[in-house]
Amino acid sequence: MRRVVVTGLGLVTPLGADVETSWSNLIAGKSGAGQITRFDTSDQKCTIACEVKPADHEYGFDPDKRVDFKIRRQVDPFIVYGIDAAGQALEDAGLTEMDDDMKLRAGCSIGSGIGGLPGIESESLVLASKGPGRVSPHFVHGRLINLISGQVSIKYGLMGPNHAVVTACSTGAHSIGDAARMIKDGDADIMLAGGAESTICPIGIAGFAQAKALNCSSNDAPEKASRPYDKGRDGFVMGEGAGVVVLEEYEHAKARGAKIYAEVVGYGLSGDAYHVTAPHPEGKGAENAMRMAMRKAGMEPGDIDYVNAHGTSTMADTIELAAVKRVLGDDLGGASMSSTKSAIGHLLGGAGAVEAIFCILAMRDQIVPPTLNLDDPDEGTEGVDLVPKVSKKREVKAVLNNSFGFGGTNASLIMKAVD
Amino acid sequence: MSDTEERVKKIVVEHLGVEADKVTMDASFIDDLGADSLDIVELVMAFEEEFGVEIPDDAAEKITTVGDAVKYIEEHKG
Repeated sequence: MRRVVVTGLGLVTPLGADVETSWSNLIAGKSGAGQITRFDTSDQKCTIACEVKPADHEYGFDPDKRVDFKIRRQVDPFIVYGIDAAGQALEDAGLTEMDDDMKLRAGCSIGSGIGGLPGIESESLVLASKGPGRVSPHFVHGRLINLISGQVSIKYGLMGPNHAVVTACSTGAHSIGDAARMIKDGDADIMLAGGAESTICPIGIAGFAQAKALNCSSNDAPEKASRPYDKGRDGFVMGEGAGVVVLEEYEHAKARGAKIYAEVVGYGLSGDAYHVTAPHPEGKGAENAMRMAMRKAGMEPGDIDYVNAHGTSTMADTIELAAVKRVLGDDLGGASMSSTKSAIGHLLGGAGAVEAIFCILAMRDQIVPPTLNLDDPDEGTEGVDLVPKVSKKREVKAVLNNSFGFGGTNASLIMKAVD
Repeated sequence: MSDTEERVKKIVVEHLGVEADKVTMDASFIDDLGADSLDIVELVMAFEEEFGVEIPDDAAEKITTVGDAVKYIEEHKG
Protein backbone atom coordinates (compact mmCIF):
# COMPACT_ATOMS: atom_id res chain seq x y z
CA MET A 1 0.00 0.00 0.00
CA ARG A 2 1.24 3.48 -0.86
CA ARG A 3 1.86 5.59 2.24
CA VAL A 4 1.56 9.38 2.29
CA VAL A 5 3.93 11.67 4.21
CA VAL A 6 4.30 15.42 4.67
CA THR A 7 7.58 16.84 3.36
CA GLY A 8 6.98 20.59 3.19
CA LEU A 9 5.04 23.29 5.05
CA GLY A 10 3.88 26.82 4.21
CA LEU A 11 1.93 29.30 6.30
CA VAL A 12 0.55 32.82 6.06
CA THR A 13 -1.31 33.65 9.27
CA PRO A 14 -2.29 36.61 11.45
CA LEU A 15 0.73 35.66 13.61
CA GLY A 16 3.32 35.55 10.84
CA ALA A 17 4.09 35.33 7.14
CA ASP A 18 5.96 32.03 7.43
CA VAL A 19 5.87 28.77 9.38
CA GLU A 20 8.44 29.48 12.09
CA THR A 21 7.20 32.98 12.94
CA SER A 22 3.56 31.89 13.08
CA TRP A 23 4.45 28.89 15.24
CA SER A 24 6.74 30.69 17.68
CA ASN A 25 4.18 33.46 18.20
CA LEU A 26 1.44 30.85 18.70
CA ILE A 27 3.50 28.92 21.24
CA ALA A 28 4.34 32.20 23.01
CA GLY A 29 0.61 32.75 23.55
CA LYS A 30 0.27 35.79 21.29
CA SER A 31 -3.05 36.81 19.76
CA GLY A 32 -3.43 37.95 16.15
CA ALA A 33 -6.65 39.85 16.86
CA GLY A 34 -7.15 43.59 16.57
CA GLN A 35 -9.37 46.28 15.12
CA ILE A 36 -10.07 45.82 11.41
CA THR A 37 -7.78 48.15 9.43
CA ARG A 38 -8.91 47.31 5.88
CA PHE A 39 -12.10 49.34 5.80
CA ASP A 40 -14.25 51.70 7.83
CA THR A 41 -16.15 49.58 10.37
CA SER A 42 -18.12 52.40 12.00
CA ASP A 43 -21.48 50.97 10.86
CA GLN A 44 -20.61 47.29 11.51
CA LYS A 45 -21.73 45.25 14.51
CA CYS A 46 -18.30 43.61 14.56
CA THR A 47 -15.18 45.76 14.19
CA ILE A 48 -12.48 43.18 14.96
CA ALA A 49 -10.66 40.40 13.16
CA CYS A 50 -7.36 38.55 12.99
CA GLU A 51 -5.83 40.20 9.92
CA VAL A 52 -2.65 39.12 8.18
CA LYS A 53 -0.37 42.03 9.03
CA PRO A 54 0.98 44.48 6.41
CA ALA A 55 4.57 44.19 5.14
CA ASP A 56 5.93 46.91 7.45
CA HIS A 57 4.68 45.10 10.58
CA GLU A 58 7.10 43.14 12.78
CA TYR A 59 5.68 39.88 11.40
CA GLY A 60 3.87 41.23 8.36
CA PHE A 61 3.32 39.61 4.98
CA ASP A 62 5.18 40.87 1.91
CA PRO A 63 3.12 39.88 -1.15
CA ASP A 64 6.01 40.77 -3.48
CA LYS A 65 8.14 37.94 -2.17
CA ARG A 66 6.52 35.11 -4.16
CA VAL A 67 3.69 36.59 -6.22
CA ASP A 68 4.24 38.53 -9.45
CA PHE A 69 3.04 42.12 -9.39
CA LYS A 70 0.66 41.63 -12.31
CA ILE A 71 -1.02 38.58 -10.76
CA ARG A 72 -1.30 40.30 -7.40
CA ARG A 73 -3.20 43.16 -9.03
CA GLN A 74 -5.66 40.81 -10.70
CA VAL A 75 -6.57 38.38 -7.93
CA ASP A 76 -8.17 38.41 -4.50
CA PRO A 77 -5.96 38.22 -1.39
CA PHE A 78 -6.87 34.57 -0.68
CA ILE A 79 -5.13 33.60 -3.93
CA VAL A 80 -2.06 35.69 -3.05
CA TYR A 81 -1.82 34.02 0.37
CA GLY A 82 -2.31 30.60 -1.24
CA ILE A 83 0.39 31.09 -3.88
CA ASP A 84 2.82 32.29 -1.21
CA ALA A 85 2.11 29.41 1.20
CA ALA A 86 2.43 26.89 -1.66
CA GLY A 87 5.78 28.43 -2.63
CA GLN A 88 7.01 28.18 0.97
CA ALA A 89 5.98 24.52 1.12
CA LEU A 90 7.77 23.67 -2.13
CA GLU A 91 10.90 25.50 -0.98
CA ASP A 92 10.77 23.68 2.36
CA ALA A 93 10.45 20.33 0.57
CA GLY A 94 13.28 21.16 -1.84
CA LEU A 95 10.95 20.79 -4.81
CA THR A 96 11.07 24.15 -6.58
CA GLU A 97 13.06 22.62 -9.43
CA MET A 98 11.47 19.39 -10.66
CA ASP A 99 12.15 17.56 -13.92
CA ASP A 100 9.30 17.00 -16.38
CA ASP A 101 8.60 13.43 -15.23
CA MET A 102 8.21 14.62 -11.65
CA LYS A 103 6.01 17.53 -12.73
CA LEU A 104 3.66 15.12 -14.49
CA ARG A 105 3.22 13.31 -11.17
CA ALA A 106 2.84 16.48 -9.04
CA GLY A 107 -0.51 18.19 -8.49
CA CYS A 108 -2.45 20.73 -6.43
CA SER A 109 -5.45 20.49 -4.14
CA ILE A 110 -5.71 23.94 -2.58
CA GLY A 111 -9.22 25.14 -1.83
CA SER A 112 -11.11 27.91 -0.12
CA GLY A 113 -14.39 28.16 1.73
CA ILE A 114 -15.77 31.28 0.11
CA GLY A 115 -13.19 32.53 -2.38
CA GLY A 116 -12.88 36.07 -3.66
CA LEU A 117 -15.56 37.83 -1.67
CA PRO A 118 -13.76 41.22 -1.39
CA GLY A 119 -13.39 41.33 -5.19
CA ILE A 120 -16.97 40.24 -5.80
CA GLU A 121 -18.08 43.01 -3.47
CA SER A 122 -15.93 45.72 -5.03
CA GLU A 123 -16.66 44.81 -8.65
CA SER A 124 -20.39 44.67 -7.89
CA LEU A 125 -20.07 48.28 -6.77
CA VAL A 126 -18.25 49.11 -10.04
CA LEU A 127 -21.07 47.41 -11.97
CA ALA A 128 -23.70 49.40 -10.08
CA SER A 129 -21.96 52.77 -10.38
CA LYS A 130 -20.21 52.60 -13.77
CA GLY A 131 -21.94 49.82 -15.66
CA PRO A 132 -20.89 46.46 -17.14
CA GLY A 133 -18.29 48.05 -19.44
CA ARG A 134 -16.09 48.87 -16.46
CA VAL A 135 -16.05 45.40 -14.85
CA SER A 136 -12.52 44.04 -14.87
CA PRO A 137 -11.67 41.38 -17.48
CA HIS A 138 -9.83 39.64 -14.64
CA PHE A 139 -12.93 39.61 -12.45
CA VAL A 140 -13.86 35.93 -12.82
CA HIS A 141 -10.49 34.18 -12.70
CA GLY A 142 -9.30 36.53 -9.97
CA ARG A 143 -12.05 35.34 -7.62
CA LEU A 144 -12.51 31.63 -8.43
CA ILE A 145 -11.69 29.19 -5.65
CA ASN A 146 -9.70 26.77 -7.85
CA LEU A 147 -7.40 29.57 -9.00
CA ILE A 148 -4.85 28.99 -6.25
CA SER A 149 -4.35 25.51 -7.64
CA GLY A 150 -4.43 27.00 -11.14
CA GLN A 151 -1.91 29.78 -10.47
CA VAL A 152 0.43 27.50 -8.53
CA SER A 153 0.40 24.85 -11.25
CA ILE A 154 1.27 27.48 -13.87
CA LYS A 155 4.02 29.02 -11.75
CA TYR A 156 5.75 25.71 -10.95
CA GLY A 157 4.72 23.64 -13.99
CA LEU A 158 2.76 21.06 -11.98
CA MET A 159 0.87 18.86 -14.45
CA GLY A 160 -0.66 16.30 -12.07
CA PRO A 161 -4.20 16.45 -10.63
CA ASN A 162 -5.51 20.02 -10.31
CA HIS A 163 -8.26 20.15 -7.76
CA ALA A 164 -9.94 22.50 -5.30
CA VAL A 165 -12.21 21.60 -2.42
CA VAL A 166 -15.10 23.86 -1.37
CA THR A 167 -16.56 22.65 1.92
CA ALA A 168 -16.79 25.85 3.94
CA CYS A 169 -14.71 25.58 7.12
CA SER A 170 -13.73 21.95 6.48
CA THR A 171 -12.04 22.87 3.19
CA GLY A 172 -8.45 22.75 4.44
CA ALA A 173 -8.84 19.33 6.06
CA HIS A 174 -10.77 17.86 3.12
CA SER A 175 -8.12 19.23 0.73
CA ILE A 176 -5.36 17.38 2.56
CA GLY A 177 -7.42 14.20 2.97
CA ASP A 178 -8.52 14.11 -0.67
CA ALA A 179 -5.00 14.83 -1.92
CA ALA A 180 -3.58 12.06 0.28
CA ARG A 181 -6.04 9.68 -1.36
CA MET A 182 -4.91 10.79 -4.83
CA ILE A 183 -1.38 9.80 -3.87
CA LYS A 184 -2.57 6.51 -2.35
CA ASP A 185 -4.55 5.77 -5.52
CA GLY A 186 -1.47 6.40 -7.66
CA ASP A 187 -2.79 9.54 -9.39
CA ALA A 188 0.25 11.50 -8.21
CA ASP A 189 3.46 11.17 -6.19
CA ILE A 190 3.44 14.75 -4.92
CA MET A 191 0.46 16.96 -4.03
CA LEU A 192 0.40 20.52 -2.75
CA ALA A 193 -2.61 20.49 -0.44
CA GLY A 194 -4.28 23.07 1.76
CA GLY A 195 -6.62 26.01 1.94
CA ALA A 196 -6.74 29.79 2.02
CA GLU A 197 -9.24 32.47 2.91
CA SER A 198 -9.56 36.23 3.01
CA THR A 199 -13.05 37.57 3.58
CA ILE A 200 -12.34 40.46 5.92
CA CYS A 201 -14.41 42.90 3.87
CA PRO A 202 -17.64 44.77 4.64
CA ILE A 203 -20.01 42.16 3.21
CA GLY A 204 -18.05 39.27 4.75
CA ILE A 205 -18.12 40.72 8.25
CA ALA A 206 -21.76 41.84 7.90
CA GLY A 207 -22.84 38.45 6.54
CA PHE A 208 -21.32 36.41 9.34
CA ALA A 209 -22.51 38.92 11.94
CA GLN A 210 -26.06 38.68 10.61
CA ALA A 211 -25.81 34.88 10.77
CA LYS A 212 -25.06 35.30 14.50
CA ALA A 213 -21.78 33.47 14.06
CA LEU A 214 -19.32 36.32 14.79
CA ASN A 215 -18.39 37.74 18.16
CA CYS A 216 -19.96 41.21 18.23
CA SER A 217 -19.62 41.85 21.96
CA SER A 218 -15.86 42.29 22.36
CA ASN A 219 -15.09 45.13 19.97
CA ASP A 220 -13.27 46.94 22.76
CA ALA A 221 -11.13 43.90 23.67
CA PRO A 222 -10.24 42.08 20.45
CA GLU A 223 -7.56 39.83 21.96
CA LYS A 224 -10.10 38.51 24.47
CA ALA A 225 -12.86 37.87 21.92
CA SER A 226 -11.96 34.34 20.78
CA ARG A 227 -12.40 32.17 23.89
CA PRO A 228 -13.21 28.55 23.01
CA TYR A 229 -14.73 26.45 25.84
CA ASP A 230 -15.05 29.51 28.06
CA LYS A 231 -18.48 30.22 29.52
CA GLY A 232 -18.26 33.75 28.14
CA ARG A 233 -17.65 32.72 24.53
CA ASP A 234 -19.84 34.59 22.11
CA GLY A 235 -19.02 33.76 18.51
CA PHE A 236 -15.91 33.41 16.39
CA VAL A 237 -13.39 36.03 15.33
CA MET A 238 -12.66 36.08 11.62
CA GLY A 239 -9.11 35.26 10.59
CA GLU A 240 -7.41 35.07 7.21
CA GLY A 241 -4.38 33.47 5.62
CA ALA A 242 -3.33 30.16 4.12
CA GLY A 243 -1.79 26.83 4.95
CA VAL A 244 -0.30 24.49 2.35
CA VAL A 245 1.59 21.22 2.81
CA VAL A 246 3.57 19.10 0.40
CA LEU A 247 2.21 15.55 0.53
CA GLU A 248 4.44 12.90 -0.96
CA GLU A 249 4.42 9.16 -1.45
CA TYR A 250 6.65 7.69 1.27
CA GLU A 251 9.10 5.74 -0.94
CA HIS A 252 9.37 8.72 -3.28
CA ALA A 253 10.25 10.99 -0.37
CA LYS A 254 12.74 8.49 1.06
CA ALA A 255 14.44 7.93 -2.30
CA ARG A 256 15.26 11.61 -2.67
CA GLY A 257 16.30 11.98 0.96
CA ALA A 258 13.51 14.38 1.82
CA LYS A 259 12.87 15.62 5.34
CA ILE A 260 9.72 13.80 6.54
CA TYR A 261 7.54 15.65 9.05
CA ALA A 262 4.67 13.19 9.53
CA GLU A 263 2.53 10.51 7.93
CA VAL A 264 -1.14 11.02 7.08
CA VAL A 265 -2.69 7.83 8.47
CA GLY A 266 -6.38 8.59 8.97
CA TYR A 267 -9.05 10.59 7.16
CA GLY A 268 -12.73 10.59 8.06
CA LEU A 269 -15.62 12.43 6.40
CA SER A 270 -19.30 12.76 7.21
CA GLY A 271 -22.41 14.89 6.86
CA ASP A 272 -24.59 16.06 9.74
CA ALA A 273 -27.82 15.92 7.70
CA TYR A 274 -29.27 18.34 10.21
CA HIS A 275 -29.01 22.13 9.71
CA VAL A 276 -27.25 24.64 7.42
CA THR A 277 -25.32 26.46 10.14
CA ALA A 278 -25.89 24.69 13.48
CA PRO A 279 -24.12 21.41 14.22
CA HIS A 280 -26.12 18.35 15.17
CA PRO A 281 -26.87 18.89 18.89
CA GLU A 282 -25.37 15.51 19.77
CA GLY A 283 -22.36 15.99 17.51
CA LYS A 284 -23.12 12.81 15.60
CA GLY A 285 -21.54 13.99 12.37
CA ALA A 286 -18.35 15.02 14.16
CA GLU A 287 -18.26 11.67 15.95
CA ASN A 288 -18.73 9.72 12.72
CA ALA A 289 -15.88 11.59 11.02
CA MET A 290 -13.53 10.98 13.96
CA ARG A 291 -14.47 7.29 14.20
CA MET A 292 -13.81 6.80 10.49
CA ALA A 293 -10.40 8.48 10.78
CA MET A 294 -9.49 6.36 13.83
CA ARG A 295 -10.53 3.17 12.04
CA LYS A 296 -8.48 4.06 8.95
CA ALA A 297 -5.49 4.85 11.16
CA GLY A 298 -5.92 1.59 13.06
CA MET A 299 -5.76 3.57 16.29
CA GLU A 300 -7.36 3.13 19.69
CA PRO A 301 -8.21 5.79 22.29
CA GLY A 302 -4.93 6.43 24.06
CA ASP A 303 -2.96 6.48 20.81
CA ILE A 304 -3.81 10.14 20.16
CA ASP A 305 -1.68 12.68 22.08
CA TYR A 306 -3.06 15.96 20.80
CA VAL A 307 -6.38 17.05 19.36
CA ASN A 308 -6.50 20.35 17.47
CA ALA A 309 -10.19 21.06 17.88
CA HIS A 310 -12.47 22.86 15.47
CA GLY A 311 -13.35 24.95 18.59
CA THR A 312 -14.57 28.18 17.01
CA SER A 313 -15.57 29.92 20.26
CA THR A 314 -19.29 29.28 19.67
CA MET A 315 -21.95 27.11 21.30
CA ALA A 316 -20.68 24.26 19.13
CA ASP A 317 -17.44 23.91 21.14
CA THR A 318 -18.96 21.75 23.86
CA ILE A 319 -20.89 19.67 21.31
CA GLU A 320 -17.57 18.84 19.65
CA LEU A 321 -15.95 18.12 23.01
CA ALA A 322 -18.74 15.69 23.94
CA ALA A 323 -18.21 13.91 20.62
CA VAL A 324 -14.42 13.74 21.14
CA LYS A 325 -15.07 12.23 24.60
CA ARG A 326 -17.30 9.54 23.12
CA VAL A 327 -14.54 8.62 20.66
CA LEU A 328 -11.44 8.94 22.88
CA GLY A 329 -12.88 8.55 26.39
CA ASP A 330 -13.88 11.01 29.13
CA ASP A 331 -10.24 11.97 29.73
CA LEU A 332 -9.59 11.93 25.94
CA GLY A 333 -7.34 8.93 26.54
CA GLY A 334 -4.73 11.27 28.00
CA ALA A 335 -4.67 13.53 24.96
CA SER A 336 -4.40 17.30 25.26
CA MET A 337 -6.89 19.28 23.20
CA SER A 338 -6.71 22.96 22.28
CA SER A 339 -8.24 25.43 19.88
CA THR A 340 -5.68 27.59 18.12
CA LYS A 341 -8.57 29.70 16.82
CA SER A 342 -8.24 31.43 20.20
CA ALA A 343 -5.03 32.99 18.82
CA ILE A 344 -5.44 33.31 15.04
CA GLY A 345 -9.23 33.44 14.72
CA HIS A 346 -11.18 31.31 12.30
CA LEU A 347 -9.50 31.04 8.89
CA LEU A 348 -12.64 29.36 7.46
CA GLY A 349 -11.47 27.42 4.39
CA GLY A 350 -7.86 27.86 5.45
CA ALA A 351 -8.41 26.69 9.04
CA GLY A 352 -8.07 22.92 8.61
CA ALA A 353 -4.80 23.19 6.71
CA VAL A 354 -3.21 25.78 9.01
CA GLU A 355 -4.23 23.72 12.03
CA ALA A 356 -2.88 20.51 10.45
CA ILE A 357 0.47 22.29 10.18
CA PHE A 358 0.28 23.31 13.85
CA CYS A 359 -0.37 19.62 14.67
CA ILE A 360 2.73 18.60 12.70
CA LEU A 361 4.84 21.21 14.48
CA ALA A 362 3.50 19.99 17.85
CA MET A 363 4.94 16.57 16.95
CA ARG A 364 8.22 18.08 15.74
CA ASP A 365 8.79 20.18 18.86
CA GLN A 366 6.93 18.04 21.44
CA ILE A 367 4.85 20.99 22.60
CA VAL A 368 1.13 21.73 22.27
CA PRO A 369 -0.23 25.23 21.66
CA PRO A 370 -2.62 26.82 24.16
CA THR A 371 -6.30 27.72 24.22
CA LEU A 372 -6.15 31.43 25.00
CA ASN A 373 -8.71 33.24 27.16
CA LEU A 374 -9.94 30.10 28.90
CA ASP A 375 -10.75 31.89 32.16
CA ASP A 376 -13.96 30.13 33.12
CA PRO A 377 -14.25 26.70 31.48
CA ASP A 378 -17.79 25.68 30.53
CA GLU A 379 -19.59 22.67 31.93
CA GLY A 380 -18.44 19.40 30.44
CA THR A 381 -14.79 20.41 30.30
CA GLU A 382 -13.88 18.88 33.69
CA GLY A 383 -11.10 16.34 33.56
CA VAL A 384 -10.02 17.39 30.06
CA ASP A 385 -6.68 19.08 29.36
CA LEU A 386 -7.65 22.05 27.19
CA VAL A 387 -4.17 23.57 27.54
CA PRO A 388 -5.48 26.82 29.06
CA LYS A 389 -3.55 30.00 28.21
CA VAL A 390 -0.02 28.56 28.15
CA SER A 391 1.52 26.05 25.76
CA LYS A 392 2.60 22.75 27.23
CA LYS A 393 5.61 20.49 26.75
CA ARG A 394 4.53 16.89 26.37
CA GLU A 395 5.03 13.79 24.28
CA VAL A 396 3.21 14.14 20.92
CA LYS A 397 3.45 11.19 18.55
CA ALA A 398 -0.02 11.22 16.99
CA VAL A 399 -2.53 14.01 16.38
CA LEU A 400 -6.19 14.39 15.47
CA ASN A 401 -7.37 17.50 13.65
CA ASN A 402 -11.08 18.31 13.37
CA SER A 403 -12.79 20.67 10.94
CA PHE A 404 -16.52 21.21 10.54
CA GLY A 405 -18.34 23.49 8.11
CA PHE A 406 -21.64 25.14 7.27
CA GLY A 407 -23.91 22.73 5.48
CA GLY A 408 -23.07 20.09 8.08
CA THR A 409 -19.80 18.89 6.54
CA ASN A 410 -17.17 17.26 8.77
CA ALA A 411 -13.57 16.16 8.26
CA SER A 412 -11.06 14.59 10.65
CA LEU A 413 -7.40 13.98 9.91
CA ILE A 414 -4.99 11.82 11.87
CA MET A 415 -1.25 12.16 11.42
CA LYS A 416 1.60 10.48 13.22
CA ALA A 417 5.32 10.90 13.55
CA VAL A 418 7.48 8.71 11.30
CA ASP A 419 10.31 6.81 13.02
CA MET B 1 6.88 63.93 -24.18
CA SER B 2 3.27 65.02 -24.65
CA ASP B 3 0.88 65.06 -21.71
CA THR B 4 -1.12 62.19 -23.26
CA GLU B 5 2.00 60.12 -23.77
CA GLU B 6 3.08 60.64 -20.18
CA ARG B 7 -0.31 59.64 -18.76
CA VAL B 8 -0.59 56.59 -21.04
CA LYS B 9 2.85 55.39 -20.00
CA LYS B 10 2.00 55.85 -16.31
CA ILE B 11 -1.11 53.67 -16.71
CA VAL B 12 0.87 50.98 -18.52
CA VAL B 13 3.53 50.90 -15.77
CA GLU B 14 0.87 50.71 -13.04
CA HIS B 15 -1.05 47.89 -14.72
CA LEU B 16 1.72 45.72 -16.06
CA GLY B 17 4.37 46.32 -13.42
CA VAL B 18 7.07 46.95 -16.05
CA GLU B 19 10.05 49.31 -15.86
CA ALA B 20 9.13 52.79 -17.10
CA ASP B 21 12.05 52.90 -19.57
CA LYS B 22 10.69 49.85 -21.39
CA VAL B 23 7.42 51.64 -22.14
CA THR B 24 8.54 53.28 -25.39
CA MET B 25 6.19 54.49 -28.10
CA ASP B 26 6.90 51.48 -30.31
CA ALA B 27 6.76 48.90 -27.49
CA SER B 28 4.20 46.17 -28.21
CA PHE B 29 1.94 45.42 -25.25
CA ILE B 30 2.07 41.67 -25.90
CA ASP B 31 5.54 41.13 -27.39
CA ASP B 32 7.56 43.63 -25.35
CA LEU B 33 5.60 44.32 -22.17
CA GLY B 34 4.31 40.85 -21.25
CA ALA B 35 0.60 41.64 -21.55
CA ASP B 36 -2.03 39.12 -22.59
CA SER B 37 -5.30 39.85 -24.38
CA LEU B 38 -7.17 40.40 -21.09
CA ASP B 39 -4.54 42.86 -19.89
CA ILE B 40 -5.18 44.87 -23.06
CA VAL B 41 -8.92 44.93 -22.34
CA GLU B 42 -8.08 46.29 -18.90
CA LEU B 43 -5.64 48.86 -20.28
CA VAL B 44 -8.20 50.10 -22.78
CA MET B 45 -10.72 50.50 -19.93
CA ALA B 46 -8.16 52.48 -17.97
CA PHE B 47 -7.45 54.74 -20.97
CA GLU B 48 -11.19 55.35 -21.42
CA GLU B 49 -11.51 56.32 -17.75
CA GLU B 50 -8.42 58.55 -17.73
CA PHE B 51 -9.13 60.46 -20.95
CA GLY B 52 -12.94 60.32 -21.12
CA VAL B 53 -12.83 58.73 -24.58
CA GLU B 54 -14.70 55.72 -25.85
CA ILE B 55 -12.59 53.09 -27.56
CA PRO B 56 -14.90 50.65 -29.37
CA ASP B 57 -13.86 46.98 -29.66
CA ASP B 58 -12.87 47.19 -33.33
CA ALA B 59 -10.60 50.16 -32.60
CA ALA B 60 -9.20 48.51 -29.47
CA GLU B 61 -8.17 45.48 -31.52
CA LYS B 62 -5.91 47.70 -33.63
CA ILE B 63 -4.12 49.14 -30.60
CA THR B 64 -1.06 46.92 -30.24
CA THR B 65 1.66 49.39 -29.22
CA VAL B 66 1.93 52.23 -26.73
CA GLY B 67 2.17 54.62 -29.68
CA ASP B 68 -1.09 53.23 -31.16
CA ALA B 69 -2.86 54.05 -27.90
CA VAL B 70 -1.40 57.57 -27.67
CA LYS B 71 -2.31 58.29 -31.30
CA TYR B 72 -5.90 57.05 -30.91
CA ILE B 73 -6.44 59.07 -27.74
CA GLU B 74 -4.91 62.25 -29.24
CA GLU B 75 -7.25 61.95 -32.21
CA HIS B 76 -10.42 61.24 -30.24
CA LYS B 77 -10.24 63.03 -26.90
CA GLY B 78 -12.60 65.95 -26.45
